[in-house]
Amino acid sequence: MKICITSSGDNLESQIDPRFGRCAYFIIWDDETNAFEAIANPNIDVGSGAGIQSAQLVIEKKVSMVITGEVGPKAEKVLKEGRLQIITEAKGLVKDIVEKYGMGKVYSE
Amino acid sequence: MIIAIASCKGGTGKTTLAVSLALSIGKNIQLIDSDVEEPNDHIFIKPQINKKENVLIKVPKVDLNKCTFCGKCSSVCAFNAIAVTPCSVNIFPELCHSCGACEYFCPTKAISEVDQVIGVIEIGAKEEIDFIQGKLDVGQAMPTPIVKALKKYIDQSKHTIIDAPPGSSCAMVNSVNDADYCILVTEPTPFGLNDLIIAIEVLRKLKIPFGVVINRSDIGDNKVEEYCQNQEIEILMMIPFSRRIAEGYSRGEPLIESFLEYREKFKNLFMMLKDRYG
Repeated sequence: MKICITSSGDNLESQIDPRFGRCAYFIIWDDETNAFEAIANPNIDVGSGAGIQSAQLVIEKKVSMVITGEVGPKAEKVLKEGRLQIITEAKGLVKDIVEKYGMGKVYSE
Repeated sequence: MIIAIASCKGGTGKTTLAVSLALSIGKNIQLIDSDVEEPNDHIFIKPQINKKENVLIKVPKVDLNKCTFCGKCSSVCAFNAIAVTPCSVNIFPELCHSCGACEYFCPTKAISEVDQVIGVIEIGAKEEIDFIQGKLDVGQAMPTPIVKALKKYIDQSKHTIIDAPPGSSCAMVNSVNDADYCILVTEPTPFGLNDLIIAIEVLRKLKIPFGVVINRSDIGDNKVEEYCQNQEIEILMMIPFSRRIAEGYSRGEPLIESFLEYREKFKNLFMMLKDRYG
């Protein structure tokens, strides 16, 4: 399945971006192929509704789980409507999250 | 004649000035409080409210039986107020600007517009002063539709004073843009000057003549005065800081009732503006 991790850069060595709607990049990692795609967030500078549009973007990318620092209430509503699992409070490097996920250590409370 | 009272910085004295000006003129006048997020003029005017009218905006509603979840509505929304998932359409009315694009572009005509109440306009009077104020409902994000609705109550046969909201956003621009003259209230502090300059930029773009009132004129520094002199901007009045003014304000007493000498000053200010710009 596809997992979206919000990232401050376009590769796995980057720090996790704690914001969802206005993060720098969405890193979309596929746990079956172990390949990833980095998408520059087009919603960084929108006046309003960044979270809503970012949520729609990851839904369009057929992501099943979002791992980030924090998700706002509007984005959360859209993500839940899209049946995505949301994991917040993530910190550190994107590759650490990928590794932890592989070891079954990523879960939501 | 329409006179707007504005200030980008909050708490400089817009309410004090608008109320004082209205009361000193006394008749053939309407006071419109368009600071719809926090209308305060009524505290000092103490009007009797005779009529209330809801302010409605149009927001989209989706008929899920007709919707194909194609996402067109979301892609045409300039305000990012709609998100479409494979089996749901999420509308965020607080972001909607009622432009109607989603309804227009929906290929299956699944979207219709419905009314939503965002606030109220209250109409009343105090003796010979007509009083009108707008109130934005708590939780609503857009004051501008209420400001626009308020302006329909401008009575051309009377003089109108519009108490604008603070800032320089759409609500302030819409409050001042039909005025014959704008009084900018500020205080002699770096913050006051910074925001005065922003307000002046707005008014110059709108081509509205303006002058400045310096409130609490004996505190802070003289940078506001220097700026006005260098820019050849008229300083209409200086109101020194006074504990008695603050005490009166805290009891809901208008300035011109606590300090009778200001009644004449405001009357003269109005006569001067009427002669020149009315």
